[in-house]
Amino acid sequence: MSQSKKIRVLVAKPGLDGHDRGAKVIARALRDAGMEVIYTGLRQTPEQIVAAALQENVDVVALSSLSGAHLHLFPRVTALLKEKGLGDVLVIGGGIIPAEDIPVLKAAGVAAIFTPGTATAAIIEFIRANVKRT
Amino acid sequence: MKTSISDLVRGVLQSDRRSIARLITLIEDQEPEAFLALKQIFPATGRAYVIGITGPPGAGKSTLVDKLAKHLRRQGCSVGIIAVDPTSPFSGGAILGDRVRMADLAIDPGVFIRSMASRGSLGGLSWATADAVKVLDAGGMDYIFVETVGVGQAEVEIARHADLTLVTLVPGLGDEIQAMKAGVLEIGDLLVVNKADREGADRLVLELETMLDLSRHENSSRPAIVKTVGTTGEGIGFLWKKIEERLISMKASGELANRRKERLRQEVLEIWQRQLWQVIDSRLAGENVDRLLERIVKRQIDPYTAVEQILASIPPRFKNLWGGELRMQIRKIDHLGIAVKSLADALSFYENILGLKSAGTEVVEDQKVKVAFLPVGDSEIELLESTTADGPIAKFIEKKGEGLHHIALRVDDLEAALAELKEKGVRLIDTEPRYGAGGARIAFLHPQAGRGVLLELTERQE
Amino acid sequence: MFKEKVLKELQEAVPAWEARVQNTLTRHPERSPEFTTTSGIAVKRLYTPLDIAGQDYAHDLGFPGEYPYTRGVQPTMYRGRLWTMRQYAGFASAEESNRRYKYLLEQGQTGLSVAFDLPTQLGYDSDHPLAEGEVGKVGVAIDSLADMETLFDGIPLDKVSTSMTINAPAAILLAMYLAVAEKQGIGFDKLDGTIQNDILKEYAARGTYIFPPDPSMRLVTDIFAFCSEHVPRWNTISISGYHMREAGATAVQEVAFTLANGIAYVEAAIKKGLNVDKFASRLSFFFNAHNNLLEEVAKFRAARRLWARIMKERFGAQDPRSWMLRFHTQTAGSTLTAQQPENNIVRTTIQALAAVLGGTQSLHTNSFDEALALPTEKSVRIALRTQQILAYESGVADTVDPLAGSYFIESLTEEIERRAMEYIAKIDAMGGAPRAIEQGYIQREIQESAYRYQMEIERGERIVVGVNKFQIEEEIPQELLKVDPAVRDLQIKKLKEIKAKRDNLAVRQALKELRQAAEGEDNLMPPILKAVKVYATLGEICDVLRGVFGEYRAVESI
Repeated sequence: MSQSKKIRVLVAKPGLDGHDRGAKVIARALRDAGMEVIYTGLRQTPEQIVAAALQENVDVVALSSLSGAHLHLFPRVTALLKEKGLGDVLVIGGGIIPAEDIPVLKAAGVAAIFTPGTATAAIIEFIRANVKRT
Repeated sequence: MKTSISDLVRGVLQSDRRSIARLITLIEDQEPEAFLALKQIFPATGRAYVIGITGPPGAGKSTLVDKLAKHLRRQGCSVGIIAVDPTSPFSGGAILGDRVRMADLAIDPGVFIRSMASRGSLGGLSWATADAVKVLDAGGMDYIFVETVGVGQAEVEIARHADLTLVTLVPGLGDEIQAMKAGVLEIGDLLVVNKADREGADRLVLELETMLDLSRHENSSRPAIVKTVGTTGEGIGFLWKKIEERLISMKASGELANRRKERLRQEVLEIWQRQLWQVIDSRLAGENVDRLLERIVKRQIDPYTAVEQILASIPPRFKNLWGGELRMQIRKIDHLGIAVKSLADALSFYENILGLKSAGTEVVEDQKVKVAFLPVGDSEIELLESTTADGPIAKFIEKKGEGLHHIALRVDDLEAALAELKEKGVRLIDTEPRYGAGGARIAFLHPQAGRGVLLELTERQE
Repeated sequence: MFKEKVLKELQEAVPAWEARVQNTLTRHPERSPEFTTTSGIAVKRLYTPLDIAGQDYAHDLGFPGEYPYTRGVQPTMYRGRLWTMRQYAGFASAEESNRRYKYLLEQGQTGLSVAFDLPTQLGYDSDHPLAEGEVGKVGVAIDSLADMETLFDGIPLDKVSTSMTINAPAAILLAMYLAVAEKQGIGFDKLDGTIQNDILKEYAARGTYIFPPDPSMRLVTDIFAFCSEHVPRWNTISISGYHMREAGATAVQEVAFTLANGIAYVEAAIKKGLNVDKFASRLSFFFNAHNNLLEEVAKFRAARRLWARIMKERFGAQDPRSWMLRFHTQTAGSTLTAQQPENNIVRTTIQALAAVLGGTQSLHTNSFDEALALPTEKSVRIALRTQQILAYESGVADTVDPLAGSYFIESLTEEIERRAMEYIAKIDAMGGAPRAIEQGYIQREIQESAYRYQMEIERGERIVVGVNKFQIEEEIPQELLKVDPAVRDLQIKKLKEIKAKRDNLAVRQALKELRQAAEGEDNLMPPILKAVKVYATLGEICDVLRGVFGEYRAVESI
């Protein structure tokens, strides 16, 4: 029955910025790659994102931020996921994120950061290769 | 680390959110464990009230659910929400966006929201919805909202999954009339005119009233029309009051119980169809379709004929019973048994006139009969004469006169055949093999099973 | 426009030429079987008078400063006065932004542009939980009139024109600006500037909305009405295609959806009882400038002509100033790449050139490092210098509408106008832009274009230099501006101080009056102005309005 298994991805925009072009393009690309994408919309707190990830039992949480608040928000999400026993959920991030911040985010448990110009195919490939199925 | 089924079931019954979420995933993925778990939680279901919400896109369904859920939370009730969106037929993926308008509810510990993709369900509404509802029910939710996609066939299906269905409409979308044509109105127990601060709301209410006047609703079941403004929450309290009134009256009249029974009936049918389909699909269709498709593409054969061919290619042993595997095989007609008053008299006809040869006579004490076997080609004719006045053959002749008494079918393994028939609930006279004439091991089936003919299974060394 | 004889000859000559070209093509095929603009308009090998044979000079082009304004809204354009070089800026605290404004004014910038941080744009004070991590990040944090006073300290408001990128709480920030002017002793009638105030595109693309569409439209038209009485020189709205374009719209969609939104505002104001000529001259527009130079120039010209026709023919406006589409332009942030960021200076130059050739009234040029982080002082200076080089060295500002008469430009201008009109007709049929947005139509169209664009890049059908071709191994530069996280603490401290210092009874009274006005139908500007003057905070005022109007959640439309 494994063909009925779908990778479920929560695409979330933490923080207040309303630029969701990237998030929506990713959402569509993931859907077209056969995944089920739960889109949470704008202005999500880390608490809301993690609660949604739990209820939706997702395999992946994809975060997008263009306002510069990523250093504050992304690690909050990974910490809360661990706290809720969802440490095996793959967390990836995207947006305008300076290179010097990437190691900080990775140390906080974000598996990969995709900056502008990344092909959606690369993101899909990364998810397929790294998703941890229980 | 994999949680055991019993842990998962315990978790759901203790309202553990992680367990609820995981079980729903198992259901969506059609994992065998899901069905084991569902069997175990079933006794804890049937407590929650299930409310369906449907209506055209843009009618504000999610916003209404959000506001109704908040209203219920203020009264201390817990709320489960299942929001169904369509699966893309091209990729099998889906974008599920109903949470957007329920964002504040996400962190409320008394609310559980789950987005589901329809995943190619035949009728549009995810078949897993009914099972997910059960999980939320067993997980202690007082009220469960099921929100659908809002177009076409899914509307009608939702009514089957819900105790009560709301149909949401808005003024000015232009498709109210179409929605009514699609029969959506008929499934609504309550009609909600949302965005009622809009121009045209009163006109829409009027149109709906007129529609309802024309349709055949009994007074008690005529849907109320409620105006709301989802964004501000105006009218939500009143809407809930109407929902509650309706539930109470449905409960008093027995309608609620009827609907729930009907829902379970539909579920049984759905499970039955699903499993049947899987059997057919996995064993028969796949290869055949691939093989025939090439020819269909080349217009060498049409799809109708192709299906006929697939059906014709079904091995005969599958044709009778779909429910379980068919293992036994009937080799041939072993013999036909004919009840006679006098063996000597009968033999004078079969031997002297028809020219058959008796292989000798034999008394079977057990059956209180004296028999003679006359081989005919691969089979034989058995003539039976009762040795006592109260033997089974004497009774048969008394009731029906001389004539065909039974047909004996040859099997290889009588024990196995009996076991298989028992498993499939076939009525038997002999549940264990016994010895018959010529040292054969035999057993009789009930004449009802053979549709009025007494059938005997025979196993014998050649 | 051309003599019959010329056209007649060309009708034979052009096919003959095409036939001769076939020989060349067999030896040297073209780079691609077909060429299209970003809007999917087919680009031919050659344009001749035949392509604009239907054009009537007086009717379709006219003279600059005259209907239908295809060639520009002023008669002399940049020969008289250059466009306003207006760099969008605003950083962290009001103090720091104030210093930055003074620096930019000294550098020769001629207008101020205020960027607000996200909590301000969404009506939250800096101490709101959702503001955590966001205070001062993409602009200045304004919690109360006190911050606004600091922001414009030492800048006489009658000497500058100020553009404020603020939408959902535009009325409140405008009220604060007015209150600052009052304190400086400057009459409202001396104030020059713009508030963005374009809520429809927030729902369609930018995402910084607070209230549902209907009360939001009420706030917009309340501002129209108030300013037409009291702040006559203020541009009450900047109807923006910029963000829809950033979200993925094509050039055609940018024109169509912007003007459709414009139509919705005009209709709302007329419905409120305002005379079209009383407010229409204060409507301004805000467009994006992309890389496809000629399509962009045609886009600006088409938008100007189409709007003039809409205002005159559809709304019956009499005052020529009501017909003019005046616009601000910003270069396209979405075209900036993180890879080889210096290339972005070139992209921005082409985009700025398009805006100038298209006749913009003001221009913001992006800094090359914006795909990486918030820009530095140096990159902001290069961006401004780009405009100055165009203005003083390139010569393109020395005549009006220099590309007019190009067969291609004129043909493309017509095609963009035609396609935009088709969209507008479709949106009209849906009941106008607000309904089309509510049904997710405009969002879907934009997302469709964005997705198509992304896939074209991934398939290599569209080349982005340094991204999917001509890549190099590179280190991303580190010279990037960081916002001090202490900004939030500082803002919260100031907020506490102001709440302790102000007359809280007066605040409660003002908020109560605001609530009553919101529940009724009165213009909301006077009670808002009264509330900001007694130092009610932005968050407090928005909370009152949230309580009455409710909050909006997006239509999911992917």
